[in-house]
Amino acid sequence: MAEIKASMAGSVWKIAVSAGETVTEGQDIVILESMKMEIPIAAEADGTVKEIKVNESDFVNEGDVLAIIE
Amino acid sequence: MFKKILIANRGEIAARVIRTCKSMGIISVAVYSEADKDAPFTTMADEAYLLGGPRVNESYLNVEKIIEIARETRCDAIHPGYGFLSENGEFANRCNREGISFIGPDSDVIRKMGNKVEARKMMEKAGLPLVPGLSRPLAGKEEALLEAERIGYPIMLKASAGGGGIGMQAVHNGEELLKAYDGNQKRAQMFFGNGDMFIEKLIEQPRHIEIQILADGAGQAVYLWERECSIQRRHQKVIEEAPSAFLDEVTRKKMGEAAVKAVKAIGYSNAGTIEFLVDKDKNFFFLEMNTRLQVEHPVTEEITGLDLVELQIQIAAGLGLSLKQNEIKREGHAIEARIYAEDPKTFYPSPGKITALHLPQGEGIRHELAVNESSSVTPFYDPMIAKLVVKGSTRNEAIDRMQAALTAYKVEGIKTNIPMLSEILSYKAFKQGETTTDFIEKHYKKTQLPTS
Repeated sequence: MAEIKASMAGSVWKIAVSAGETVTEGQDIVILESMKMEIPIAAEADGTVKEIKVNESDFVNEGDVLAIIE
Repeated sequence: MFKKILIANRGEIAARVIRTCKSMGIISVAVYSEADKDAPFTTMADEAYLLGGPRVNESYLNVEKIIEIARETRCDAIHPGYGFLSENGEFANRCNREGISFIGPDSDVIRKMGNKVEARKMMEKAGLPLVPGLSRPLAGKEEALLEAERIGYPIMLKASAGGGGIGMQAVHNGEELLKAYDGNQKRAQMFFGNGDMFIEKLIEQPRHIEIQILADGAGQAVYLWERECSIQRRHQKVIEEAPSAFLDEVTRKKMGEAAVKAVKAIGYSNAGTIEFLVDKDKNFFFLEMNTRLQVEHPVTEEITGLDLVELQIQIAAGLGLSLKQNEIKREGHAIEARIYAEDPKTFYPSPGKITALHLPQGEGIRHELAVNESSSVTPFYDPMIAKLVVKGSTRNEAIDRMQAALTAYKVEGIKTNIPMLSEILSYKAFKQGETTTDFIEKHYKKTQLPTS
């Protein structure tokens, strides 16, 4: 099981996958927006999306868990 | 003349406009978001009012609230700065309907120049050379292939409503074009709500050189020379200078006169910038027109001795433009470096709290600042926290002064791009003026080890 964490403070701009979806390493899971820049947060390994912990437009802090992949 | 101006912006540009208001004896009104309540520009203004939450649609894009404050505080004009509402034709129109002067051009011109396809059409008619391409959106992939064959590869695929490099990609053959088309269209649709795509010839070894113009809409227009802004990362400018080391007098005059002719043809009023791509043989092609004050306007002010904000205010107040072309001087060389709160290697943003700030002082140094020694840099807005502007009698002197100033410039608590700026200034290629738009890719990125 792997937690996908926010690499910086910002808002959730887009959620690119949904729960139950199979993802591959490097695939974008969530796209954050910080300082007018969109920052994709990718899966670090292949797996299945167990849970998405945030909603679009939520504000997140650095280190917050965005999704869980297993 | 206006008695009271509301500045519908934040950061360094709000501070910049307030400064000119003070020098002209005009009362300034700042508006700010909750995230900016301690920002320096709010205390510089004569009055400051809260707009709302930190998000831009609650604050700096909140037209109703901005108009309400302007009305209640009896402002007779609004300066939009750059970004936010500065190129929003609806907003300009709304201000004027409320009897508040919008310091900028007519709403109709703003709208037309904001649409790339429309702008190309108008500027072609006004006599500006265009990059060979199609002046209307593509019907689809099949047409893209046909047109690309006709124009000749390499070509640039671009989103009509695009900006900041989004929805834009260079392709070298039909296979690459087919691969790139859907993805870029999808992104353009997602980002801008408009998936119109067009294509044009890719200009090789291009330089980004823009002409600053001023026009009063009553037939008087002048050009204030050029700015070269080729040093970019993520299609955003990082280092700008005036004059360009690449242009000769003949090309400079040709570009300036073409720009003036074009703004007269479209009935433009106020300050504006026509951006050109210039190829290795000094052919120049219209890129886009920015209908507002530019971030990099200080380098033009440094070599001309003019205050562009003051001229904008005078034109908007109906005082016209009394400057004649032969009165505009060009003296020395100016360079601006944009200080961004970002990782100098990955270019990812680095919000956080500033714990120490040391600004270099000395001959020819000018600061434009959004922060102070205890500011928080929030994730809500653009990462630019300051601009460092230097002037020298020659380009070499300006480069030397910029290098010394960057070495002495200290920002602690957050990451900044200062190490990158210093490195770029030290390159032989920069000193020799080999400043093409791929400069950072070509010279900087490969020297950087990937971060973990």
